[in-house]
Amino acid sequence: MLRIGVDVGSTTLKCVVLDENNKIVYKEYNRHYSMIVEKTAELLQRVSDLFPNDCEMLLSVSGSAGMGMAENAGLSFVQEVYATRTAVKRFIPSADVVIELGGEDAKILFLDGGMEVRMNGSCAGGTGAFIDQMSTLLAISPDEMNEIAKSYEKIYTIASRCGVFAKSDIQPLLNQGANKADISASIFAAVVNQTIAGLAQGREIEGTVVYLGGPLTFLSELRAAFDRQLGQAGVCPDNSLYFVAMGAALSPTAKAVRLSDAIESVGRYAAGETYKSCPRLFEDEADYEKFKARHAAAGIPIVNNPAPKEAYLGVDAGSTTLKAVVLDENGDIFHADYMPNSGNPIPLLRDFLLKFYEKYPNLKINASASTGYGEEITRNAFGLDMGLVETMAHFTAARKFNPDVDFIIDIGGQDIKCFKIRGGAIDNIFLNEACSSGCGSFLQTFAGALGYSISEFAQKGILADKPVDLGSRCTVFMNSSVKQAQKDGASIENISAGLSLSVVKNAIYKVIRAVSADSLGKNIVVQGGTFLNDAVLRAFETELGRDVIRPNIAGLMGAYGAALYAKANAPEESLTISEENLKSFTHETKQVTCNGCTNHCRLTVNSFGGGRRFIAGNRCEKPLKTKESTERYDLYEYNRELLAAYKPAEGRRGTIGIPMGLNMCELYPFWHTFFTKLGFKVIASPESDRDLYLKGQHTIPSDTVCYPAKLLHGHIESLIDKCDAIFYPCMSYNLDEGLSSNHYNCPVVAYYPEVINANVTNMGTTKFIYDYIGLHRPADFVKTAHALLRREFGEFTRGEVKKASDAAYGEYRAHMKRIADKGAEFLKIAKEKGLPVIVLCGRPYHIDAEINHGIDKLICDMGAALVTEDSISPHVSPFETQVLNQWTYHARLYAAAKWVSEQGPEVNLVQLVSFGCGVDAITTDEVRRIIEEKGKIYTQIKIDEITNMGTVKIRLRSLFAALKGVK
Amino acid sequence: MEKVLFTKEMRDAGYTILVPDMNHIHFKIIKGILQNHGYNVDILYNTGRSVVDEGLKHVHNDTCYPALLVIGQMIDALKSGKYDIHKVALLLPQTGGGCRASNYISLLRKALNAMGWGFIPIISINVSGLEKSPGFKLTPGLVRQMLTAVVYGDLLMLLDNQVKPYEVNKGDSAACVDMWINALLKGFLSGRGLSKGERRENLKAIVQSFARIPRTDEKKIKVGIVGEIYVKYAALGNNSLEQFLYEQGCEVMLGGLLDFALYCVDTPIDTIDIYGGSKLTRETYKLVESYLCSLKDEMIAAVRENSDFVAPSSFRHLKSKADGVISTGCKMGEGWLLTAEIMELVELGYCNVICAQPFGCLPNHIVGKGMIRKIRNLEPRANIVPIDYDPGATRVNQENRIKLMLAVAAEDGDTAAAESEVHDTEIKETVNV
Repeated sequence: MLRIGVDVGSTTLKCVVLDENNKIVYKEYNRHYSMIVEKTAELLQRVSDLFPNDCEMLLSVSGSAGMGMAENAGLSFVQEVYATRTAVKRFIPSADVVIELGGEDAKILFLDGGMEVRMNGSCAGGTGAFIDQMSTLLAISPDEMNEIAKSYEKIYTIASRCGVFAKSDIQPLLNQGANKADISASIFAAVVNQTIAGLAQGREIEGTVVYLGGPLTFLSELRAAFDRQLGQAGVCPDNSLYFVAMGAALSPTAKAVRLSDAIESVGRYAAGETYKSCPRLFEDEADYEKFKARHAAAGIPIVNNPAPKEAYLGVDAGSTTLKAVVLDENGDIFHADYMPNSGNPIPLLRDFLLKFYEKYPNLKINASASTGYGEEITRNAFGLDMGLVETMAHFTAARKFNPDVDFIIDIGGQDIKCFKIRGGAIDNIFLNEACSSGCGSFLQTFAGALGYSISEFAQKGILADKPVDLGSRCTVFMNSSVKQAQKDGASIENISAGLSLSVVKNAIYKVIRAVSADSLGKNIVVQGGTFLNDAVLRAFETELGRDVIRPNIAGLMGAYGAALYAKANAPEESLTISEENLKSFTHETKQVTCNGCTNHCRLTVNSFGGGRRFIAGNRCEKPLKTKESTERYDLYEYNRELLAAYKPAEGRRGTIGIPMGLNMCELYPFWHTFFTKLGFKVIASPESDRDLYLKGQHTIPSDTVCYPAKLLHGHIESLIDKCDAIFYPCMSYNLDEGLSSNHYNCPVVAYYPEVINANVTNMGTTKFIYDYIGLHRPADFVKTAHALLRREFGEFTRGEVKKASDAAYGEYRAHMKRIADKGAEFLKIAKEKGLPVIVLCGRPYHIDAEINHGIDKLICDMGAALVTEDSISPHVSPFETQVLNQWTYHARLYAAAKWVSEQGPEVNLVQLVSFGCGVDAITTDEVRRIIEEKGKIYTQIKIDEITNMGTVKIRLRSLFAALKGVK
Repeated sequence: MEKVLFTKEMRDAGYTILVPDMNHIHFKIIKGILQNHGYNVDILYNTGRSVVDEGLKHVHNDTCYPALLVIGQMIDALKSGKYDIHKVALLLPQTGGGCRASNYISLLRKALNAMGWGFIPIISINVSGLEKSPGFKLTPGLVRQMLTAVVYGDLLMLLDNQVKPYEVNKGDSAACVDMWINALLKGFLSGRGLSKGERRENLKAIVQSFARIPRTDEKKIKVGIVGEIYVKYAALGNNSLEQFLYEQGCEVMLGGLLDFALYCVDTPIDTIDIYGGSKLTRETYKLVESYLCSLKDEMIAAVRENSDFVAPSSFRHLKSKADGVISTGCKMGEGWLLTAEIMELVELGYCNVICAQPFGCLPNHIVGKGMIRKIRNLEPRANIVPIDYDPGATRVNQENRIKLMLAVAAEDGDTAAAESEVHDTEIKETVNV
């Protein structure tokens, strides 16, 4: 009997037919464009035509998108990883590990030893979809990516945990003019990293490795990237696309069916509309016409001025588009363009300017301003006079439409910016940090996958009768929601409308987190390219229950605002590039590594001819200037210096290694003193960097834990074989600082040593000591420590332990006092010099430059004095919070917030939040409340393995701009 | 933010106390007991998208899924018009401890204020004295009855799970559960079923009545469920996980609620042992613990003496299963209990374990995902799959992962079953009642 295996993947449909000897007699591979039922029925029909005598065949379905169909059609279903395994066992018996990447799935199978399968759960990072998304961003096909990646020279760090993060890494690289070959290779390297970090989770990939699935079959450079990382050559067998289908065909549970019956039962399953739906966007065509008429009324004209006297240029170099407008002497737009930006704004703006000069040969640009992601590079390239932060640009523009505007929301390609206006100044800014799910690129991705342009796609939803209820969540999750809706028979129209609704819900409930429409404001202006889609706009109004203004130039508002700003602040003589210079304009890029500090930033040096150049990729101002270093007031830096000053002393009793992560950072003065006094040599793990992280990456069991915890694995690795014992105790409790009802550590800080012990299996000759220890009860500590020391290191007297302990507590208190004192000193100086003060609130381990990505330096570069929450909290008396205040570190945040809320306008708070920190879901709301209660601006910065410094800069610049407004 | 207390007057005025459902069987019994004590209680069963949407609107989206659901469910119920919002109170359990879950009450209060319902009182059930409610007193009598309810609930759940997949006449087991809930509640009304003697009678009769239900001797895949307590039990939280497994032809085993209560009583003892503390406090907890242990032992004995159903192991044995894997000092969230439960399940022959957790659950990074590698080293037959739950995670994805686990289980089935039989005879531990 013939055996048929059908593999319905997330994007493709694969089928094999095996004969009695398990030889493939037929195979095919097709994209199914989510028409799973139809395509499967067609496929089976083709098979049936090829093998016309309608006898019974053994048929099994597999694949992530095949489950529903198989169940409903009464066909046998095989889980796809299981199918892969069956096929590999049969056809490549020597395989030890299988790495299979699919459209939206990534899997590793360990076949030797304890069989284990790992698959991506809630994250589509590192899959085919991710590569497709990235190729769209680069405006080349995946095959072209593969071709050019062959000649790469260097690898950039790109997060592949989620397309969102990767985009925010790649966009700045593109904007900075980095080479696409390097970026392509970096994307492949990111996929490798993601697969290993996310799926191997502590298990080494050894032995014969087999590569399966579409991306690994088609992309030789991806295979090469895996080979490099794994240090061996993996095998990509024949039929590597078909292993799931082959496994399904081989399945022992396959049912014997007549193909004609199977085709019929599959057909019967077609589309019962069982998905959850939302109310439709428009009742009917007339309703839509009314809506269009209302919005057509909100506009400023783009005038036809054949002979303008003056020209003011505004440029908005956004993440996916370049916008430029020119105003005449009356402030009216007479020339404008909106151009999709395929990664590099420079040639686009050059063309724009050339055309402009051509059309108005006698006109000189009186002033120019630039905003957006590419603000700096465009300014430098074309000599634009000024730059302004995007939020200010949009506000300036929105005021032209409604002087009373009190809320502006801009949804662009990959970012949402929205802010409240109070007293004529930007008051409260919300930016999407870790998530692009409320943005245009989100719609674009889906539109592209289904073969439409974004506007076509969005338009389809206008009259959809039953929009799919997709909820509000991350893009990655949305993929599977859409998959499910398709499975449940939702039409493209209803999916389109559903996605428009969910973009809006994401923006409102994830980014702004508004409880009611009234809390946003009464005069709302929406802008950004995404709102040009009527479906999105309508969804937004429906969700708010309020009409909003969409300027007719919604897509150009940033540029318009920049132009208005340029006009208002016009210099005597504009430096904007002349037509002549524009013609001889050149653009070259070069990559160098900055050795200014341990960050070793990869710099991209852009040269534009005429001596103009622009350096990008730097985290601080160091490589840009050679000017004498002005005095900096950076308490993070001071803290790092304090910790670095604890040097190892020679020890007769052996060497103790302390991992410098999580709570051990702050407690280092304690443990260093304690063990040194007892006669140990104490060494600390080295300063964190990317390499340190990669060193420990393979032992991280949970890929959603915070980055500081992940880094700890690297710290441990770096101490192995360097000391007799690594000391890293579990601590449910922290020291009690009297600010909270209890003094817990968060669960991750408290018990991470357990994770290390369970997952770092190869400790070499080093002992790992991870006892449960409490420092909050000094007398008990002596007892516990004494017992521990005797157990591990021989004889100790109680007296010497007591002495060491007293010294350790003393040193710890002295350390904390040094920080508090230095903080007070900085505050005093700031006051004398009139400097703004930022209280950077986070955790003690956020001082690590690999964790904070140099944000402290950035803040100081903007001219502020920086102090920390732990330098403030000792001066604050306990007070009532609205949340359960029971963690030591977090109590400091509330205390610092309270203190800041009582200071003058020059003192402000910025909260650093590690991505994935569950406790900060609570603290951020409370800190915000405390701050806003006194009318101050709350600023939050989310940081992760990779952080988009562009967004961070917008936040900080907007904060400083708002402060200027307040003054 | 003012903390509105639940007063005696409110209680006497017959305020409806809303309790979000977590575990169908237990909560039905507990409701009956509270009613017997003069509280007007309603368990919330509302589900659907509106619950999740209310949660998303009112709770920080990065907060744990259970908080989001429970608060969403309450707001949704209050909005439904079914209740006089000036005559309701909300009840939430609060365990205290270093997990952010201790903050549920503050989050709920925030949500209520945002809705303009700041006047609705919130009752916290906790033993750590975090929040007070003058109108809701956990009297020793009430506590004793509630604990009894937990024992009955655990037993009914245990037996239902072992009978339902094999019953010859569909619905027998469910009918038996309902029959017993009614009988027990009726008994409570007249004060019966609570004393030690009556309890033992009841436990025995319950086991016997389930043992009488005709069953097939099919081989089914045995799946254990552990996890964050809400997501582990609540169908709303885990996309009806038990039902799904049942439909996939599995037998399911979950640790009892009493184990969680025991764990909560046990951790302060370890805390004192590790970090120091009052001897008197320690002794008090010890006393409570031994009482709870005796309750569990009664139940175990009833199962073992009257049937061949798989009985859970004693709490002491369960705790010992953490040895060599994780320290019992690990006490936030479900702490060591979760790890120990996996080990116990494997020992009892439930080698396939689903670890259900809210996405980004902090303690689970440690005690769940963090320990899998070590557990598998010690118990190679353990087939564990962690499943994350949150508002955006889809069933397809979750079920796909579970199906994979089941496919592996089906393959290992024969050998594992044989092994576990041998294993069963090895762990003849004595249970004193």
